[in-house]
Amino acid sequence: MSDSEKTLDAEKQQVALSEGTELTRDRITFLPRSDIYETNDALVLLMDIPGAREEDIDITLEKNILTVNALVDPKEPENYALALQEYEVGDYQRSFRLSNEIDQDRIEASYQHGVLRLVLPKAEAAKAKKIAIKSN
Amino acid sequence: MYYRRYRTPSVWQEVERLQREMNRLMENFSPRRIQAAPSFPAVNLWVSDEGIIVTAEVPGIQPEDIDVSVVNDLLTISGERQPEQHSEEVRYHRRERGCGKFARSIQLPFAVDANKVEASFKDGVINITLPRKEEEKPKKIKVVAK
Repeated sequence: MSDSEKTLDAEKQQVALSEGTELTRDRITFLPRSDIYETNDALVLLMDIPGAREEDIDITLEKNILTVNALVDPKEPENYALALQEYEVGDYQRSFRLSNEIDQDRIEASYQHGVLRLVLPKAEAAKAKKIAIKSN
Repeated sequence: MYYRRYRTPSVWQEVERLQREMNRLMENFSPRRIQAAPSFPAVNLWVSDEGIIVTAEVPGIQPEDIDVSVVNDLLTISGERQPEQHSEEVRYHRRERGCGKFARSIQLPFAVDANKVEASFKDGVINITLPRKEEEKPKKIKVVAK
């Protein structure tokens, strides 16, 4: 909520499952850290999903719910033994509810260095209009 | 009297044994042993006779902003995650991703050949391969039956 910049955090947060729901994959699922900011004509969403390959990222939009799913297969080096483990490798999943003011047909996604960027353009009607005050 | 005192196990010894036993039990309960990273980034360290592999998740950091250096058996990973640049004024709804400078030194289990260290970067994960020094590789000793 605040505009101040955060410092780097080493820990990943696990997804809290709603009661009665189970994951089909026997793997940990993390809630990716996200930034959302608004410009004059779009909403931009940034998501940290390190380790996910571009082709394994799945973005769906259904009834205003935008869901990002990224499946990550842990790669273990052959003939090596894990001596120190500070993080775990797992899938990522997160959903956001979008308002109707988003032009859902023009959403763009790009991925670089473990960060997913979604640009959600605002619908024409929702764009802020400047109203000039006439002085008499 | 003295004789007897030496033979009785000390109460503290017994407590210690119990504590060890409890720790062992507790460890078995947690399926994975994750250690909390003291600072960013969290690393995983893999070891074999040939060398060490260190991986770390550093999303959103440009490869040129990461420095990896090795001195004997001390590995240092440092760098900076640049904050998002905006050409116009923006309003943040949510801000969870941190940014800033980071540095971490990791004590390796053995000395590595600093000239042969390789680091690769893919999808926000850095992978550092540190081969063991040739003269420090464990030598196989043949057991000769007589």
